[in-house]
Amino acid sequence: MTTQVSVVEEILSANDQLAVANRERLDAAGVFAINLMASPGAGKTSLIMRTVEVLREEFRTGAVDGDIATTLDADRIAALGIPTVQINTGGACHLDAAMLQIALPQLPLEKLDLIIVENVGNLICPASFKLGVHHSVLIASVPEGDDKPYKYPPMYRGVDAVVLNKTDVLAAFDFDMDYFRQGVEALNPGLAFFPLSCKTGKGLDEWLTWLRNKIREFQGDA
Amino acid sequence: MHELSVTQSLLEIALRHAERASAQRITRLNLVIGELTSIVDDSVQFYWDIVSRDTIAEGAELHFERVPGTLRCLGCGHSFPLDGRSYACPVCGENQVVPVGGDDFRLESIEVD
Repeated sequence: MTTQVSVVEEILSANDQLAVANRERLDAAGVFAINLMASPGAGKTSLIMRTVEVLREEFRTGAVDGDIATTLDADRIAALGIPTVQINTGGACHLDAAMLQIALPQLPLEKLDLIIVENVGNLICPASFKLGVHHSVLIASVPEGDDKPYKYPPMYRGVDAVVLNKTDVLAAFDFDMDYFRQGVEALNPGLAFFPLSCKTGKGLDEWLTWLRNKIREFQGDA
Repeated sequence: MHELSVTQSLLEIALRHAERASAQRITRLNLVIGELTSIVDDSVQFYWDIVSRDTIAEGAELHFERVPGTLRCLGCGHSFPLDGRSYACPVCGENQVVPVGGDDFRLESIEVD
């Protein structure tokens, strides 16, 4: 005889629980962590390098770099001389909480103030998998087009800041800044928004100030 | 391509509840999937056939209830469907919205023998 059994369980609840454990571990060590998400080529690694070059003077910084294969990005970041852990996801399209759980003990957590996690380049999957970090930042770039906040709402919502990279090439593209910004802010009222160019350095100061303040707020609460 | 890990989670949850109910066999899973979660039914079904093999859930039917993406205007409170081009409220034109439907991603129930 067939009977119906009520379940009502979130399918990713196992990941969510691991994310909570990651957060507890980071909090216990007093490390502030951010998750950078973007499509491939938007400038995740470039923004990390620009950020580390400046903030390393103020905060002891480490990085976790997720990629489908190769250590190209992790090598670029490690060349800055900061502790870097590479996660090769073996084809998986996103980092999940279990992968970060494995990566964290490979960093000297007690000796760090900031961990920057570079997610796999993808505008779809990383949105579904919480990692347990303190803030999520989405990096968009001008060549991707101004319609992305409308086409990828799961990715664009729920982030704490949006960086728009490659503003140095704005003149070459039909990119409507107001339309883009409206799409971003519609889903995240009051969101921090940073148009900048990693290449020229224009606009970086505002982003760095925001991040610096977030880290200090965290340290003040700890 | 994250449907594989999703499907493995699904199997684990279904088996756990079936065991608790002392079931011999799982015949159907009732899933509720929102439009904002970017999960492809066919892909879940494909992996399901593989991961459920040699378990009491082998051959179980997957039933997907789809929940459309819905936004609510923070200006006037009107709810409207996601259209992929604009988030502006069709009633008052306000551009600040909160998603109120389409986030669902859960196993609602299983049918067992």
